[in-house]
Amino acid sequence: MEIKQTAMAGTLESSDLQIVLSQGTKGIEFDLTSDVAKQFGNDIKATIKSVLDAYDIENASVKVVDKGALTPVIKARAITAAQRALDLKDQPNWEVL
Amino acid sequence: MAADERLRRTMMFVPGNNPGLIKDAGIFGVDSIMFDLEDAVNMNEKDSARYLVYEALQTFDYGNAELVVRINGLDTPFYENDIKAMVKAGIDVIRLPKTENADMIHELENLVEAAEKEFGREVGSTHLMAAIESAMGVVNAYEIASASDRMIGIALSAEDYTTDMKTHRYPDGQELLYARNAILHAARAAKIAAFDTVFTNLDDEEGFIRETKLIHQLGFDGKSLINPRQIAPVNKIYAPTQKEILNAQNVMAAIEEAKRKGSGVIAMNGQMVDRPVVLRAERVMMLAKANNLIDAEGNYIGE
Repeated sequence: MEIKQTAMAGTLESSDLQIVLSQGTKGIEFDLTSDVAKQFGNDIKATIKSVLDAYDIENASVKVVDKGALTPVIKARAITAAQRALDLKDQPNWEVL
Repeated sequence: MAADERLRRTMMFVPGNNPGLIKDAGIFGVDSIMFDLEDAVNMNEKDSARYLVYEALQTFDYGNAELVVRINGLDTPFYENDIKAMVKAGIDVIRLPKTENADMIHELENLVEAAEKEFGREVGSTHLMAAIESAMGVVNAYEIASASDRMIGIALSAEDYTTDMKTHRYPDGQELLYARNAILHAARAAKIAAFDTVFTNLDDEEGFIRETKLIHQLGFDGKSLINPRQIAPVNKIYAPTQKEILNAQNVMAAIEEAKRKGSGVIAMNGQMVDRPVVLRAERVMMLAKANNLIDAEGNYIGE
């Protein structure tokens, strides 16, 4: 699926994560900021990537600012951003949840 | 009715779009956790909160707490998706805000049942409760409380209610006297739980304790809370005294004695123990256990 519009989800509060999805051309490109990037950067990216895969999003620029979010929070924020970017805010994809 | 003898002294509100509060909600020993998708969530973030609570319910361990979610009202565009997501997530209880009549519960029940079928949940496994926030809701409290076998409780929500009544909240709570009693009677008649409203002034601890003592005396199951700091004072007020516990233990012992003798009549100190006394004793023992006032063998270990 092609991203229709740039979308943001999440906040910069502690335990949260902010993600901005916008159109890309060269696969999934990450720009990750996190205090724990060294230890958990790859896990964070993998969690987001699995959500994008579930939506068949193949090209996207993904800007992420992590404030110590746990996996379910990362997943929830990625789902929210994907639904918004695909202009499906009010039509949840129940198979992805 | 779906009501069981579960303790429901404390029901804590947790804003649905706050990851920090959501991940920590299980550590305070609250009886019920109520994730809020309604008033605590900004209009533009209703989708965020729904997915966040959904994912949290899949992952975090909330121990023995009963898990409740307050969905958006049926006059909002979020209502149906909230129901579907929370049924799919396997929530224990869906709380409907601004309930005015039994039809609103029937409509909710139909959508919940459809969602249970769609997502392969056992039909009937999702319980319901209603928040009563208006004069109409109070007048219809019994028909609301008895509208469905799924109902586990009704709660007074005093902020909207006092506005509807053209008053506001006072420290002595006189303005809530009728609503509290009406809701309590409706709940008891329908054999479900009754929850009191929140106390919002966190700086007025004395007022909070006074109000909790009042609703405990009236017979409410418990109180809605907005902060973990409010949990311990409520539990303390609901804790039985040593005398009540010893008396309850005597009643339990008398029941055992009667069972051993094969006698249908329970006697204690030469007096017959009837059913209300037994029920009260069972509840006292449950509260004593929850407050760690007895050890595994049932010995009193309070101060």
